[in-house]
Amino acid sequence: MSTSAQRVIKCESVYKIFGANAVKILEQSGGKVDTASLLEAGCVIGVSNASFEVHKGEMLVIMGLSGSGKSTLLRCISRLIDTTAGDIFIDGEDLLAMNAKELINIRRNKMGMVFQSFALLPHKTVLENIALPLQAKGISTRDSMARAMDMVNLVELTNCENDFPRQLSGGQQQRVGIARSLAVEPEIWFLDEPFSALDPLIRREMQDEFQRLQSVLHKTILFVTHDFDEALRLADRIAIMKDGVIEQIDTPANIVLKPATEYVAKFTRGVPRERVLSCKAIMEEYDATATMSDVTVSANAIIETVAGSVLTEQNPVAVIDAEGNIVGALNRNIMIDVLFGETNSMPVNN
Amino acid sequence: MQYFTEHKWMQFVALLVVFFALVMAIDPATGGNLWRLQETRFWLLPDVVNDGLKFLIDDFWVVETYDAELDIIEQSTMMKEFTRYLSGVVLFSINLIRELLLGGVKTVVAFTSWDFISENEWARIPALPWPAVAAGAFLAGQYLGGRNLSLLAGISTIYIAVFGQWTPAMQTLSFVLVAVPLSVLLGLTLGIIAFRNKTFEAVLAPLLNVAQTMPHFSYLIPVVVFFGIGDHAGAISTVIFATPPMIRLTILGLKKVSPEVVEAGMMSGCNSRQLMFKVLIPTARHDILIGVNQVIMQCLAMAVIASFIGAKGLGYDLLVSLNMLKIGQALELGISIVLIAVVLDRLSLAWAKKQVDYFADVPFHLRHKYSLAFVGILIFTSIVAYIASMAFPDKANYFYFIHESQGLTTEKFWDSIVDWIITNTYDSVQSFNFFMITSILMPMKEAYLSMPVAATLFLVAGTGYIVGGLRSAIVATAFIAFIALTPWWDRALITAYMTTFAVIISVTIGCSVGILCSRSPKATKFMLLVCDTFQTFPSFVYLIPVIMLFGVSDLSVLIAVIVYATIPATRYTVEGLSNVPKSLQEAGSMSGVNRTQRLLKIELPLAFPHIMLGINQTVVFSLFMIIIGAFIGTDDLGQLIMQSLSEANGMGQGIVLGLCVAFIGLAVDHLINTWAEQRKRVLGLS
Repeated sequence: MSTSAQRVIKCESVYKIFGANAVKILEQSGGKVDTASLLEAGCVIGVSNASFEVHKGEMLVIMGLSGSGKSTLLRCISRLIDTTAGDIFIDGEDLLAMNAKELINIRRNKMGMVFQSFALLPHKTVLENIALPLQAKGISTRDSMARAMDMVNLVELTNCENDFPRQLSGGQQQRVGIARSLAVEPEIWFLDEPFSALDPLIRREMQDEFQRLQSVLHKTILFVTHDFDEALRLADRIAIMKDGVIEQIDTPANIVLKPATEYVAKFTRGVPRERVLSCKAIMEEYDATATMSDVTVSANAIIETVAGSVLTEQNPVAVIDAEGNIVGALNRNIMIDVLFGETNSMPVNN
Repeated sequence: MQYFTEHKWMQFVALLVVFFALVMAIDPATGGNLWRLQETRFWLLPDVVNDGLKFLIDDFWVVETYDAELDIIEQSTMMKEFTRYLSGVVLFSINLIRELLLGGVKTVVAFTSWDFISENEWARIPALPWPAVAAGAFLAGQYLGGRNLSLLAGISTIYIAVFGQWTPAMQTLSFVLVAVPLSVLLGLTLGIIAFRNKTFEAVLAPLLNVAQTMPHFSYLIPVVVFFGIGDHAGAISTVIFATPPMIRLTILGLKKVSPEVVEAGMMSGCNSRQLMFKVLIPTARHDILIGVNQVIMQCLAMAVIASFIGAKGLGYDLLVSLNMLKIGQALELGISIVLIAVVLDRLSLAWAKKQVDYFADVPFHLRHKYSLAFVGILIFTSIVAYIASMAFPDKANYFYFIHESQGLTTEKFWDSIVDWIITNTYDSVQSFNFFMITSILMPMKEAYLSMPVAATLFLVAGTGYIVGGLRSAIVATAFIAFIALTPWWDRALITAYMTTFAVIISVTIGCSVGILCSRSPKATKFMLLVCDTFQTFPSFVYLIPVIMLFGVSDLSVLIAVIVYATIPATRYTVEGLSNVPKSLQEAGSMSGVNRTQRLLKIELPLAFPHIMLGINQTVVFSLFMIIIGAFIGTDDLGQLIMQSLSEANGMGQGIVLGLCVAFIGLAVDHLINTWAEQRKRVLGLS
C-alpha cells in the first residue's frame, strides 16, 4: 500500500440518520447536519461524518461493537441503504447519483459481498448459488456453470458442488458465500462479519483461507468485524467506530501503540504487542561502532517471530530492510521490555 | 383510585354493575332508541347496495355487441360482457377437466357444434379408467411422501370408485382443480403487489379481515347475481372465498425472507424482477405452499356449500340426500368428501415439505420415472378396459367405470343404525332436547333478547376501553353499532347467544383436553394429529352425524358447532402449553414445584395469550358453523342469509347480513388480539 496508489473508494462526510423526520430536518438546515437537533427530533444516528479513502488492493477493516454503525457504513458504501448526506465515489464515479440501472450494473461488475449469516438460497445447490450473480448478469447457463465450478475449486469445495446449503457445515457455507461474491471478479469486496457466526477453530481456519485468497487476488476490501484480534490479524488499516463516529483510522501498529482516544485505548490494553508489531516499530538507531551479532532480522517481521533469536544473542541484532540495508538495531533489553513491560508505556518509532 | 386504575378486574366489575343497572333501568315499552334503535335511513342500505350493483350490471358503460347467429347488434354493458366471458372461460375449464376424468363431448362441442357430434360418434373425450386414476394417486403419494401417503391416497381412490361415487367425486375434483390454480395465481399476484406497495397493502388488510370472517353463504349471493347459477358460479365464489388466505400467506412468506438474503440478491446484481422470482419467491416457497394447502382446503369446504348455487358433485348429492333425510347415503357421501379432503391436504403438505431434488447426472428414464410409470399404467389399464368391454358388452365394465347403481353400498347398514338409534334412544334424546331447550337455551336466548341496545353498546365500549384504550373502544363499538343500525339487531342477538353458548362449551372441553394432553409428549403429538385431521373436514360434513344422532333441531346445530369449534380451542391449548420455553420448565423444576404448581404458576400464565388466540378462532369457527346451521333450521342471521339467496332482490340484504356476521367476529377478534399482543409483550414472548 502506498499513498500514491489509485483511490477506489472515497467517502466524504457520509451521514446515515434513521428516523421519519431526518430528511425534513436536513432540508430545513440547508443540508448541514446538526447532530443535536436530529437527536432531539427522535432520530437515530447510524453513521456520522465518515470521511476516508480506500486504495486499490488495500484492506480496510471497520471494527466496532454492535450498534456502532459499522454494518450501516458498509451498506451505505454498497448502497444497500440510502445515505442521508455526504458523497461516496467508486473509482471516481458518484455512487449516490447513480440510477437503478447503473447501480445494478456496478454491482454486476465491480462489487461482491459476503454476509454474516451466509445468505445462501436454500433451494439452490452450491453450484447454482455461486452462479446466481452470473445468471443475473445474463451469462449463459453453460458458461456460468463452468465459471462457478472454477470458483468451487478456488474455495476448495470440490465434490460438494451439487449439495444444498443445508447439507454443509457453517464454514463450508461461508466458502460458498465467498465463492458467490467473487464469481463476477469484482474489484471491490465487501465482507460483513463473514466469520462471526463460526466456531473459534473454524474461524481461525477461514481467516487463514481468506488471507490465502487475498494474497492471490489483491482485491480492494472493506471488512467489517466486531473482533479486534481479527482486525489486527487481517487489516492494512483499521477504522474503529463508536456510536456512528470513526474514532481512529490507522495501521494496526499505530492503533495499538498510539490509541487516539480513551475508547480505542480500552481495546488495545490487553493486546499482546509482540503479535501485532513489527521490528521497525521498536528498533533503536543503528550505532555503527557497536559490536553487532551475526544474526539479522527483517524490519517487517512480527516481533513474536524473531523474539527468540534476539533474546539468545549477547550483542545487538541488526534490523535490515527488504534490500538488505541496516536500518536499525534491537537488543535484549528492548525485547524484554516489549514482551514483559507495562503496556502502552513503551517509546516507539513511527 | 389508584387501586382501581391498576387492577383491570375492578374495572370490569364496575363495567358489569353499570351494564346491569342499564338493563334494569331501560324499559322495553318506553325505552325508545335506548331499547332498540328505531328505523332510520340506514335501513335502506340493502336497497342502496342493490341499486348500485344493478346499475353496475344494467346501465354502467353500455357497449354494443354483435350477435353472429341472429345477425343483429345488441345493447349490453361492459359488466355483463365481462361476467359472460369469465363464466364461459371458467365453465370451459371445468368441463375440460371433468371430461378428461369422466369423458364427454362438451369440450369438442366448444370447438365444433352439436351437429358435428351427432354425426361423428368418435368425437368425444374418453373417460380415464378408474384404475388409472387410482394408480396415479398411488404414484403421487409415493413421489411426494413415501409409502404411507401412497397407501392413503390410493386406497381412498379405490374406496370412492368401488362404492359407486366416482362421478360426483370426479365432478368435485374437477371443480377443485379449476378453482385452486385460479385462487393460487390470484392470491400470489395480489400478495406480491401488496408486498411491493405499502399503500396497496394498507387498503387490502381490512378487506382481508372482513373477507376471512364473512360466512360462506354471503359469498354465494353476489356471485349468483353477477354470474347466475351453475358450476362456473360455484367455482367463482370458491375462488373469491379461497383467495384471502393465499394473499395472507404470500405476504407473510415474502416478509419472512431474511434481509441478508435479499441483500445478497441485490449485491448479485438482480433487478427487481429477478429478485422477486429468483430469490424471494423460491426462498418463501414453504409459506407459499402452505398457502396452496389452505386454498385447497377452503376450496373443498366451499365446493360443498357452492352446491347451493348449482355446483355439481359430492356436495350437491349430499345436499339432496340430507334434504330427503337419507342419512345413510349422506354418510357415505360425507366419507368420500372427507377422504378427498384428507388426501389432498396430506399430498399438498407433503409437497410443501418436500425439498427439491437436483438431478444433475440422472438419466431421463430415472428422472421421470413416476411420469413414465403413470403413462405405462394408463396404457395398460386402457387396454384392459377395452378388452373388458368386449368381454361384457352389455353389463357393467368394472375395469373402466363403476356406476353409482353398481357400486357397493353400506347405505342400508347406516340406515338401520339410524333406525335403531331413533327407536331405542328417541325418548332419552327427546327428554335431553327438551331439558336443554327449555331450561338452558330458551332462558339464555330470552336474556340476550332483553338486553337494551344502549346497555350492549356500553358493555362493548367499556370492554374495548379497558382492554385497549380509546382506540379499541371506538373500533369495537363501531362494529357493533353497525349491526344495531340495521333492522336485524334481534337476529344478531340470537346469533350472539348461540355463539356464546357454543364457545363456552367448546373452550371448556378444548382447554381441559388440551391441558390433559400436554402432560405427555405422546398425547400432545396424537392430539395435534387429531386436530389436523378434523380441521381438514369441510364444515358442512359435521352436520351429518349430528342429524343422524339428534335429529333436526336447534340443539343439533349447536352440537355440530361445538364439535367443530372445539378443534381450535384444543389445538391452541396444546400448542401454547408445549411451547413454554424449556429453560423456564427447568427453572421451575429446580425451584421444586410440583405438577400442579408448575401448571398453574408457570405453564398456564405463559400459554394464556396463545390460548386466547385459540378462543378467538373458536369464536370465528362457531360463527361460520352457526350460519351453515341455518340449513337445518335456526332463526338467527343465517336463516335470513339463506332466504336472501333465493330472493330476487336478496343481494343487498345478503351482503349487509354477511357484514353483520363478519363484524361480530371482527369485534371479538380485535379485542382478543389487542389483549393477547399486550400480554405477550409483557411476558416478552413476541
